[in-house]
Amino acid sequence: MLKKTPLNRLHKELGARLVDFGGWEMPVQYRGIIEEHLATRNAAGLFDISHMGEIEIRGKDALAYIQELTINDASRLGNGQVQYSAFCYPHGGTVDDVTLYRFSPEHYLFCVNAANVDKDFAWMEQVLEEGLFPQVHLRNRSDEFAQIALQGPAASAILGRLTDADLNRIAYYRFHEGRVAEAPAIISRTGYTGEDGFELYFAPEAAEKIWTALLAVGAPDGLQPVGLGARDTLRLEMKYALYGHELSPQISPLEAGLGWVAKLEKPSFIGREALLRQKAAGLGRQQVAFVMVEPGVPRAGYPVISGAEAVGAVTSGTMSPSLRIGIGLALVRPEHAALGHPLKIAIRNRRVEARVVKPPFVKK
Amino acid sequence: MEFPEEMRYTEEHEWTLVAGDIVTIGVTDFAQEALGDVVFVELPQVGTMVEAGKPFGVVESVKAVSDVYAPVSGEVVEINEDLPDAPETINTSPYEDGWMIKIKVDDPTVLDALMDADEYEEFVESEE
Repeated sequence: MLKKTPLNRLHKELGARLVDFGGWEMPVQYRGIIEEHLATRNAAGLFDISHMGEIEIRGKDALAYIQELTINDASRLGNGQVQYSAFCYPHGGTVDDVTLYRFSPEHYLFCVNAANVDKDFAWMEQVLEEGLFPQVHLRNRSDEFAQIALQGPAASAILGRLTDADLNRIAYYRFHEGRVAEAPAIISRTGYTGEDGFELYFAPEAAEKIWTALLAVGAPDGLQPVGLGARDTLRLEMKYALYGHELSPQISPLEAGLGWVAKLEKPSFIGREALLRQKAAGLGRQQVAFVMVEPGVPRAGYPVISGAEAVGAVTSGTMSPSLRIGIGLALVRPEHAALGHPLKIAIRNRRVEARVVKPPFVKK
Repeated sequence: MEFPEEMRYTEEHEWTLVAGDIVTIGVTDFAQEALGDVVFVELPQVGTMVEAGKPFGVVESVKAVSDVYAPVSGEVVEINEDLPDAPETINTSPYEDGWMIKIKVDDPTVLDALMDADEYEEFVESEE
């Protein structure tokens, strides 16, 4: 039985095509992936991301615990700030990539990937059971939050019509608690598209009202509902990692190009020794961004060839709706990772020319 | 959704149109709708022999890769050369500008075994 978000009924009314995504019945598209993608780049898109998980941490030892659990430096966060981070296993593989919200020194919230909620919560409990952080209380609040992302150059103007919050005072990667369409909401200036925009967290009971109100006030600006199909092409154009593709228990954040997130100078965190060893020894493989030089659409799993030998594999690929060429991310041996390096992607029985480029694919 | 009367249809959602011993092949309105935005098309070269039941080409949408199957064996005598540069034509005009290949067949009557428009419509409804 697939789980449904509180917006499921409205998706069906909007004519969405619904698919199983990590155990959730989610809209993959409404009017078409390319149209929704371009609407988000040029005007604004509205995304149901209620499948995402939310795990709360409270208590006096909250920060010390989060510092051990995550690879970024949570001590740099002030109240009302958000941080991109990840959990690693001791061997350096990735449990999940997450965003961390700080409400107060003793109150934090993780937003985690839908398919990983149970795994993450079990992992967090396991870390807690070591007994080093007695003053920590964990709560999986995923069922208590619905989430909508409003993304695009018109996002701020649209949201401004429905909220009492002064959006000009919410900087990138910061959040306020306010009201949207009269319902209490966390208004976070974050997203997964590369556009300006917001992720809104609120009670599931308010979801239909907020979604409907946003679509109505945003219609004159060209706001469209956007499914997971365009969510994926939008994030890929920005080189944002997708767990299960760029990151996995077998892929470390360093290999995935997230070295900027891993604060190895932090005295201790789970996976630190493994990441330090990887860094000292040199990475055996690293992420590259590439574009197709010849026509073709790269897809996850396709081999990457240089000369006559396989040197890696594609982790994500698509036809870029903005650039109208094939783009992708791959894990390859480091000697093939230099900018401009020619690669071939094995697409069915063809070897199609590609070239390593500097991400993001679409410059903002 | 539209299924022209003069065409014959396969369970893999190709349409065929016979004129003499030449069969034109494409994918149906149902197929293009299910695929979503088509972004890449791979066609065989003129002169290739295609074999009934075997893939002769590929249609890719943003999300998916789909083989296109030859409903009948024959030699490719013409391909839609505009299609690789404008793959979205399959979405906008699946039965006309979005045709894929023309093949020369020995015995066009084998196509009589395929579904007619009414049968295909029923088939599509049973798949939904």
